[in-house]
Amino acid sequence: MDRFRERRRKKAADHYFDYSLLFIVLFLLGFGMIMIYSTSSYEASKDYGDAAYYLKKQALATTLGIAAMIFTANVPYHFWEKFAVLGYVVSVVLIALVLTPLGVKVKGARRWLDIGIGLRLQPAEIAKLCMILFLASMVCRMGKSIRSRKGFTTILLVPLPICIMIWKITDNLSSAIIVFGIAVLMLFVSSPDYKKFFLMGLAGIAAAAGIVYIITRLASAETLDFRGERILAWLDPEAYASGKGFQTLQALYAIGSGGIFGKGLGRSMQKLGFIPEAQNDMIFSIICEELGLFGAIAIILLFLLLIWRFMIVANNAPDLFGALLVVGVMGHIAIQVILNIAVVTNTIPNTGISLPFISYGGSSVMFLLIEIGLVLSVSHSIRFREV
Amino acid sequence: MEKNKTFHRKKVLVSFAIFLLSFVGLSLRLSYLMVGCSEYYGEQARELHERERSIKAARGRILDRNGVVLADNKTVCTISVIHSQIEDKENVIAMLCRELSLEESYVRERVEKVTAIERIRSNVDKETGDRIRDCNLAGVKVDEDFKRYYPYGELASKVLGFTGGDNQGIIGLEVAYDSVLEGEPGTILTVTDARGIELDAEGENRIEPVDGRDLIISMDMNIQKYATQLACQAMETKQADSVSIIVMNPQNGELLAMVNVPEFDLNEPFTLPDGDTAGLSGQQKQDALNRMWRNGCINDTYEPGSTFKTVTAAAGLEAGVVHTSDTFHCPGFIMVEDRRIRCHKVSGHGSEDFIQATMNSCNPVFVTVGMRLGSDRFYEYFQKFGLLEKTGIDLPGEAGTIMHQRENIGMVELATISFGQSFQITPIQLMTTAASFVNGGRRVTPHFALRSAEPDGTGAKEFRWPVKDGIVSEETSETMKMMLEQVVANGGGKNAIVEGYRIGGKTATSQTLPRGSGRYISSFLGFAPADDPRVMAIAIINNPQGVYYGGQIAAPVVRQLFENILPYMDGTDYHKR
Repeated sequence: MDRFRERRRKKAADHYFDYSLLFIVLFLLGFGMIMIYSTSSYEASKDYGDAAYYLKKQALATTLGIAAMIFTANVPYHFWEKFAVLGYVVSVVLIALVLTPLGVKVKGARRWLDIGIGLRLQPAEIAKLCMILFLASMVCRMGKSIRSRKGFTTILLVPLPICIMIWKITDNLSSAIIVFGIAVLMLFVSSPDYKKFFLMGLAGIAAAAGIVYIITRLASAETLDFRGERILAWLDPEAYASGKGFQTLQALYAIGSGGIFGKGLGRSMQKLGFIPEAQNDMIFSIICEELGLFGAIAIILLFLLLIWRFMIVANNAPDLFGALLVVGVMGHIAIQVILNIAVVTNTIPNTGISLPFISYGGSSVMFLLIEIGLVLSVSHSIRFREV
Repeated sequence: MEKNKTFHRKKVLVSFAIFLLSFVGLSLRLSYLMVGCSEYYGEQARELHERERSIKAARGRILDRNGVVLADNKTVCTISVIHSQIEDKENVIAMLCRELSLEESYVRERVEKVTAIERIRSNVDKETGDRIRDCNLAGVKVDEDFKRYYPYGELASKVLGFTGGDNQGIIGLEVAYDSVLEGEPGTILTVTDARGIELDAEGENRIEPVDGRDLIISMDMNIQKYATQLACQAMETKQADSVSIIVMNPQNGELLAMVNVPEFDLNEPFTLPDGDTAGLSGQQKQDALNRMWRNGCINDTYEPGSTFKTVTAAAGLEAGVVHTSDTFHCPGFIMVEDRRIRCHKVSGHGSEDFIQATMNSCNPVFVTVGMRLGSDRFYEYFQKFGLLEKTGIDLPGEAGTIMHQRENIGMVELATISFGQSFQITPIQLMTTAASFVNGGRRVTPHFALRSAEPDGTGAKEFRWPVKDGIVSEETSETMKMMLEQVVANGGGKNAIVEGYRIGGKTATSQTLPRGSGRYISSFLGFAPADDPRVMAIAIINNPQGVYYGGQIAAPVVRQLFENILPYMDGTDYHKR
């Protein structure tokens, strides 16, 4: 009996693999593709004569992503440590390349790089991955000096150039916020301090409240740029129904008309052109409309489960580098899910953030899967210890 | 490293807790939106998705008093093609050419045109539309619609009126009774996508239209037809500009006929009689149409001339300033201040009593009666008789009386008013006033509408029309009937005598302004039976050529009318009070 158990344990120790995590991710990917088809087929068949136009593109990106994930999962994660600095530099270069003729402008925003064969890449997505890798490696090398004020400030300053480039060059504030958020979370985990973070959080909330207050007091739309107007539209979407509040209001119509059990899969009305490009950032509102509150909460629970798995892997990682990689990925996905749902439900002002694994977007899903590969690689190196 | 790990783990746990709290918060927000606000946003979304299409209500018909349909609805079809749905193009073209008798090039051009929907032809009759629908070719659309249809074409055109493109009345009874006839349009609610394309799968929500009610009017089509014939005949033989005839029951104001020739075709109300509108500007064309649509009996005023002597006589008798036995002397003229007003008989009528003076239509006698009344009293009688107000007839655009200001009526004006000149009234006003003198002193409201009813005749609602009593006394009314019967029996109205009937009446011949233009209006106002009038008719001939005396050309028109309709009316119950 004991011997049998020991053998099993030994075997398991060699081959530990977080199947729950993998299953959740695969389920989200499958569900995402069903929702992309449901959401985009009507408009796709009108615009391209092919109801599966978006589904096919997403399936291709997902397939490539899964291949990349399998590869990453089977490479020991320490292998990537030596590319940390290179990754940072590559991020900077790629973002800068958007300004060159290689940059592609889609619907008024210059965020993509044309990499040939009809594929487009969003450098901000690469930057997220590279930032996780770079910070994890940097924190490990700093050791205890991170507890000093200098170390703390350094970690906070390192991501800023990238954030500012993403914000200013690719005009993508939401990605900049996510990159910075990932950095703060990794710093939070690697520093024993609480007070600083508590104060930082308070300062952040106070700053946001101050900005909102100033904008509402100014209130005349001519003096505001489009982000200012977004904040006014957030406070009263119906007053800006034909402008900045349009998308938000349409999303609220979709969510509200879903009710408790939803209209049923495929039965959304709002996807019929009322919400422009509903398969992108606003896909969660269509999930609410079709599957109701039950479906929406089920999706939220799945993401929670995913984050819980990240926590388990992070807390059992054999070393700090592995743990920080997982924390970075956890931050990336958690922040993006929270911000996306908050935008869709008009809890925060509208800004373009996609829902991980579910929203349409090739770059996003490919780099997310690489990150999952990293986490699986970390989980793979977990060894059971005799208690 | 091991030491670090404890706080790392705790921190990861704290991070997870923060994320967990955020998720819980968002779930609560979602629950609020999807349960608490579900009704509000659901309703807003439904309004956004639904498109309203209205269904026309069938307009009520207009029927004469015997149930003859004067205005009806005809189902017409509009044939269109939807380019994207056409499957067999050649077949569609061939079928449309065959069924609609159109040139192939015309049809081909429209079928091949890349548009959402292309109209091939509208106003196609229902049988053709049904045949095209039965061909069942994809991409061919047949839409049914109602079109107003007037079975008698020109008959009573200015009374009935016609409707415009939105089913709304434009002139005549069609506009006066629009609210009765039009009904309430229904709606079809369809669900559409953001482009407005209807989604078949969602079904439709229909609110049925409420059809308009039928209007039953007092007109008798037989009398109207006959009166129209007489009017046309008179216009033709006298080369007149226009001829109007009104036939009314003086007891209750029901109008049995109202003719204004030339009439126009109600089914082609926008076609001018000359047909050639090429040289006209938009405004000129509209003016010409408005002239064509005018109902002279109501919309235009004229100087009534001698028929107005009935008013002077009634006022004089009522005031007691003249009696039938009073004797007068007519030397052929009368001096009023420094003016010499002539009688139509230049040699004068000599000695005559008031009855004879009425029979002779003697101007000096009526001027004398007017003088006896004085301008203030005369004006008061005008008011009492209702001459200064409109009659209240149920047709649009009734013209008011054009009368001197009370303080401007001097002796000369008083004299000319006494024999019906220097002011203007509408024919319907004269008729209504005269009716009150012969029906025992009741001013009735002339009207067409009797009742409204559902298409199957149920749910009838009678219209009520005001009557004002005591305009003149019974005694005056009896005297007026007697005198006017004498006018026909032995006086200037001899041409209106109908064998076997007692006819009363008064002739008139008035020169139109400016004087000396040689343009006259001849008229005759008659009623029968003279002792208990059931029908009153006026014939007005505008600018006749040759003989222009009312007694000679207008009285025969009324005679011919009475000869035919009096026996006809004996078999009806039209004479109720």
